[in-house]
Amino acid sequence: MTAIATTSPVPAPRRITRRSLRKLPVTLGIALLLIIEIYPIVWMVLGSFKQQDEFLSEPFWSLPRSWGFDNYISAFVDGGLGRYMLNSVIAVFPSLALIILFGVAAGFVLEVMVWKGRTGVLLLFLAGVMVPAQMLLLPLFTIYYRLHLTGTLLPLIITYTAIGLPLTVFMMATYFRSVPREIFEAAAIDGASIFRIFWSIGLPMVRNAIFTVGLVQFFFIWNDLLISLTFTNTDALRTIQVGLLNFTGQYGAVDYGPTFAGISVNVIGTLIIYLFLNQRVMRGLTAGSVKG
Amino acid sequence: MDRVLGDKRAIILLLGPALLVYTLVMLVPIVWSTGYTFVDGNLIKGFTFVGLDNFFEFFQDSTALQAVWFTVRYAVILTILQVGLGYALSLLYVFALRRGGTFVRTIVFFPVVLPTVAVALLFRRFFEAAPTVGPVNSLLEFIGMNPIDWLGQPGASFWVIILMDLWRSMGFYAVLLYAGLLDIPDDILESARLDGAGGWRLIRTIVLPLSLPVLLSALIFSINGTLKVFDTIVALTNGGPGSTTTPLTLYMFRASFNYGEYGYGSTIAFMLTILCLVVTLFIFRSSRRDLTKG
Repeated sequence: MTAIATTSPVPAPRRITRRSLRKLPVTLGIALLLIIEIYPIVWMVLGSFKQQDEFLSEPFWSLPRSWGFDNYISAFVDGGLGRYMLNSVIAVFPSLALIILFGVAAGFVLEVMVWKGRTGVLLLFLAGVMVPAQMLLLPLFTIYYRLHLTGTLLPLIITYTAIGLPLTVFMMATYFRSVPREIFEAAAIDGASIFRIFWSIGLPMVRNAIFTVGLVQFFFIWNDLLISLTFTNTDALRTIQVGLLNFTGQYGAVDYGPTFAGISVNVIGTLIIYLFLNQRVMRGLTAGSVKG
Repeated sequence: MDRVLGDKRAIILLLGPALLVYTLVMLVPIVWSTGYTFVDGNLIKGFTFVGLDNFFEFFQDSTALQAVWFTVRYAVILTILQVGLGYALSLLYVFALRRGGTFVRTIVFFPVVLPTVAVALLFRRFFEAAPTVGPVNSLLEFIGMNPIDWLGQPGASFWVIILMDLWRSMGFYAVLLYAGLLDIPDDILESARLDGAGGWRLIRTIVLPLSLPVLLSALIFSINGTLKVFDTIVALTNGGPGSTTTPLTLYMFRASFNYGEYGYGSTIAFMLTILCLVVTLFIFRSSRRDLTKG
């Protein structure tokens, strides 16, 4: 961008109109792009306020007749959305805490500490990113069944923790690599114990990175369908994603309003996080993919 | 110093929990699942050893082969489209967007963070034909065409799935590739311009070769993700109509948990893993060759 700005001379007044005319297709294209990305969400929110007959008889672009929250109340009271959300929260946050705790410590050992075989262990973790989760489902199902864990949310917490670890360990190792080694070595020479180096020097230096990694994992776990579909066998255990899937199965063609309200509630949480932290989320998610 | 940074007890304490959980919940099940491919049965019925029968069955099962074909077709088409579209957008970001660049990038990126289930349910309504007419069919009617029962036919369903994934992911790939494009040194672009290269020629001869590494990692990331597609399809078409949009992941899920065929389910999972490995290695190898040639 800067290259273009420095090479092109200051445009003469005559050329301004030609230039902006030339840019018109680009501007229009971008406008179209933004509409395509945003419109479905607008349509969803509008739909969550509509009554059943408005869906059936009014065209899709019509605005809702009233702005009451009946659909939302119905989604929570009749649809059990509150229960599903609570289950998601119970499953997501303990896993997130464990992933960060274990992952950051492992990343520190694999990058900062000096020992034989650390490259091998790092590669071992990396292999876990490639393998499809389908390879884990049946053995884990067997294990949880034998340990009598089915019927609780523990299988979800355990599975999420394990699946989130490889990427977290790998990302944390990368972040620790960007901290100058001299800092750790100087602290060691000054007589700090390894735990003190980890706690008082390592952690503060990657604080931002931990937050980013946590955000990335939050999106992965909160949005997961496969694991929660496999290990929740009763309605009372369903997470919001599985709940919402069956929500429409139950009302489906009949009740549009509450379905739209349910979808909106599900979307709004991630949307608010993105509203405030978008640059960090973009950095984190793209960093998480360059692992190949 | 080496004594502190090589403290055995600390290594075990700090690495132990992660390694233990990872081993017990991922590595052991991977081996275990491979063992399941040689048996028939499930938790309730018990297991009997059947040798390689599951693999023979897999290659004679028309539904399984259909699932392989769907998975490959979906992964290849979506990868080409989403990396291609993402690359086009990233070029737009770098060369055409001046003011408001961050704003546009942020908006186009956002669908990636939305729950797949929510997006899929939304798209189901968006492409609905009956009982309500969704926006897409309304538009078709408006321009004088007949509405299409999108999710009622295999071909149309396939493209709805692709469209939805493109809607979700193009902004992500655009930002990913944009970061790669920014790494191209300005002076290279400038000297190429001074030499008279502009527009398409600049992109083809300078920008494209220099962004090959980041394109490659985007390709590998994309093909690996799309071969494992599950959430999108379960929530959007549930594999239908019939089993025409059923990928291997969903077929494995059905075989294992709807029909209780642990051995066969594990075999499908195993074949999927092999497929991921082969495709990734293939891209890696073929790109190596191209890089040495160019």
